[in-house]
Amino acid sequence: MKQLDAKSKKTLPTLIITIILIVFCILWTIPTLGILVTSFRTADAASSTGWWTAFSDFKNFTLDNYNQVLFGQRFSVGNATGTSTVRGATMLSAFLSSITVTLPSVIIPILIAAAAAYGFAWLSFKGRNIMFAAIIALLVVPLQISLIPILRDYNKIGLNGSYLGIWLAHTGFGLPLATYMMYNYISSLPRSILESAFIDGSSHFTTFVRLILPLSAPAIASFAIFQFIWVWNDMLVSLVFLSGAGQKLQVVTVRLMNMAGTRGTDWHLLTAGAFVSMILPLCVFLGLQKFFVRGLLAGSVKG
Amino acid sequence: MAETRMLKSYASLPDIIKTVLVVLGTVLVAGSGFNLLKANVLPQVPTTVVAIIWGVSSVILIFYSFNLLAQIFPTKIYNKIVPYIFIGPAVLIMGWYLFLPTMRSLFLSFMDKTSTKFVWFDNYKFLFTDRSMLVSIRNTLIWLVCGTGFSVFIGLLVAILAERSYIEKGAKTFIFLPMSISLVGAGVIFKFMYAAKFGGAEQIGLLNAIITSMGLEPQNWLGKAPWNNLFLIAIFVWLQTGFALVVLSAALKAVPEEMLEAARIDGASEFLTLVKIVIPNIKASIISVSTTILLAALKCFDIVYSMTNGMFGTEVLASQQYKQMFTFQNYGRGSAIAILILIGVSPVIYYNLKEFHNKEAFK
Repeated sequence: MKQLDAKSKKTLPTLIITIILIVFCILWTIPTLGILVTSFRTADAASSTGWWTAFSDFKNFTLDNYNQVLFGQRFSVGNATGTSTVRGATMLSAFLSSITVTLPSVIIPILIAAAAAYGFAWLSFKGRNIMFAAIIALLVVPLQISLIPILRDYNKIGLNGSYLGIWLAHTGFGLPLATYMMYNYISSLPRSILESAFIDGSSHFTTFVRLILPLSAPAIASFAIFQFIWVWNDMLVSLVFLSGAGQKLQVVTVRLMNMAGTRGTDWHLLTAGAFVSMILPLCVFLGLQKFFVRGLLAGSVKG
Repeated sequence: MAETRMLKSYASLPDIIKTVLVVLGTVLVAGSGFNLLKANVLPQVPTTVVAIIWGVSSVILIFYSFNLLAQIFPTKIYNKIVPYIFIGPAVLIMGWYLFLPTMRSLFLSFMDKTSTKFVWFDNYKFLFTDRSMLVSIRNTLIWLVCGTGFSVFIGLLVAILAERSYIEKGAKTFIFLPMSISLVGAGVIFKFMYAAKFGGAEQIGLLNAIITSMGLEPQNWLGKAPWNNLFLIAIFVWLQTGFALVVLSAALKAVPEEMLEAARIDGASEFLTLVKIVIPNIKASIISVSTTILLAALKCFDIVYSMTNGMFGTEVLASQQYKQMFTFQNYGRGSAIAILILIGVSPVIYYNLKEFHNKEAFK
């Protein structure tokens, strides 16, 4: 607080700056607010009047958009006995699919990267410098470059269009960043901790599992949040490696993209769908912002 | 001491039996899990649970059994093998998923559409002569300059303002929040902002509502090249500013207070202090933020793909690459574009390596 006072003493009055900032915040929030409000409005209202007029008439609010988006849109179909209602593709299954894709893609790289980081930070071996330099180079290699070669390998071994294939792909694409973040953290642990473990006669494996992994919890948390938001929001990798499996394994981003393509003017449904796709990363982000920021400041770039 | 260690390091029979059992168990767990998951027969929730258990346990088991195997050897050899056990899996996976594909893409980029015969530089010639490719390259440059420039500038501005306001933390959260939104989600959000209705109907898109209320005609913001690129870039800026803000704000806090005091005592104005002291002090952070955002802009695919699908002259390299590979199935051209993107990031690779070498230089 003291520092702030000292800095603001000679600046424009703090109040004016605060007002300018509030304008920025409003500018940055309005787009999201627009779809949040629209997602609760009826189809007619959403397509005929602006969302900013919604609060003049509270009759036009509904939860039905979410019902339709989550559990499938209702279509009337004529058949032999008259008409019946069937429900279309649901966002709920895409939501579950996204969870299925995301969780293992976050967890699997952590252990592999932590072990590698331990090796690079504390063990000496031939080729260490060159291999670590290669990892630094791979940090920014665009993953576009891997799509075709990996897709070909997948077609050969039958991994295309399966969850296993996409977990391994996300693991591969996330590993340089994971190793780099873990290395930065693990190499900064005090050497004395390790030495005392070796004096007690533990092997490298026990030291790693019992000592290094628990101590690296902050770095693991940072990477996990990073990777979670990245994998959840990814569209390209799922589009390439999961589209072979059809609609069943579709993740939320791809489903939302398709909705935007096929019902681009059904704003009440599209906005509800967008909100369903955003809710989980938003919660993770707001809840664990501290770790996310820490990860960003550790110099995180992803290829 | 040395002798007892040597003696101890020869494995005893129970140790060997234990090792064999653990290795067999590892092969069983990892292998059967792999095949079960590959078959894709379970419903979603059990698949997720099995995957997590399989992933974690087989990784631990693999490390454990390699460690046991290595322990059969005398200590001296064990110490030589053990580093490779720790780095092995990561290096192999990165090799398969990133390093080899780079080489393979380079190779494919010299071959024809179906990768059956060499066409040498024909694909690259196409990259720099085809009209739609030239548009993509131009647009990518606009993305790099405007997307990065605006994100970093606004991020820096807000970081400086926030430090001097009453609402620093709250303001940062609001601007930072879009970082958690997917590019597709952001696409939908802005499609709604840009929505247009013609023929006098009431506008539902905010941007057109504002300009019609000022008596102007509604605009199809995404339809007119080259300005539509700026409206796509606005989405990117909206997403990336928070990143610049957070990193630069942390850098600002690290500027020594004494330096600022000294400048003020010398009678420097606030603006002069900023330009002459604060900005040079955080130069390294500005460079690193800019490169990160440049890389994101270079690879940005989702926004263009979901907003316009490259129509109306909005194609960029990353969306062009996807189109060549998956729509036209032209692997030669697709790979060549990927290599072009890689060449675009190579200065950053060089810079990172140099930085690492200076900072670290392994002991």
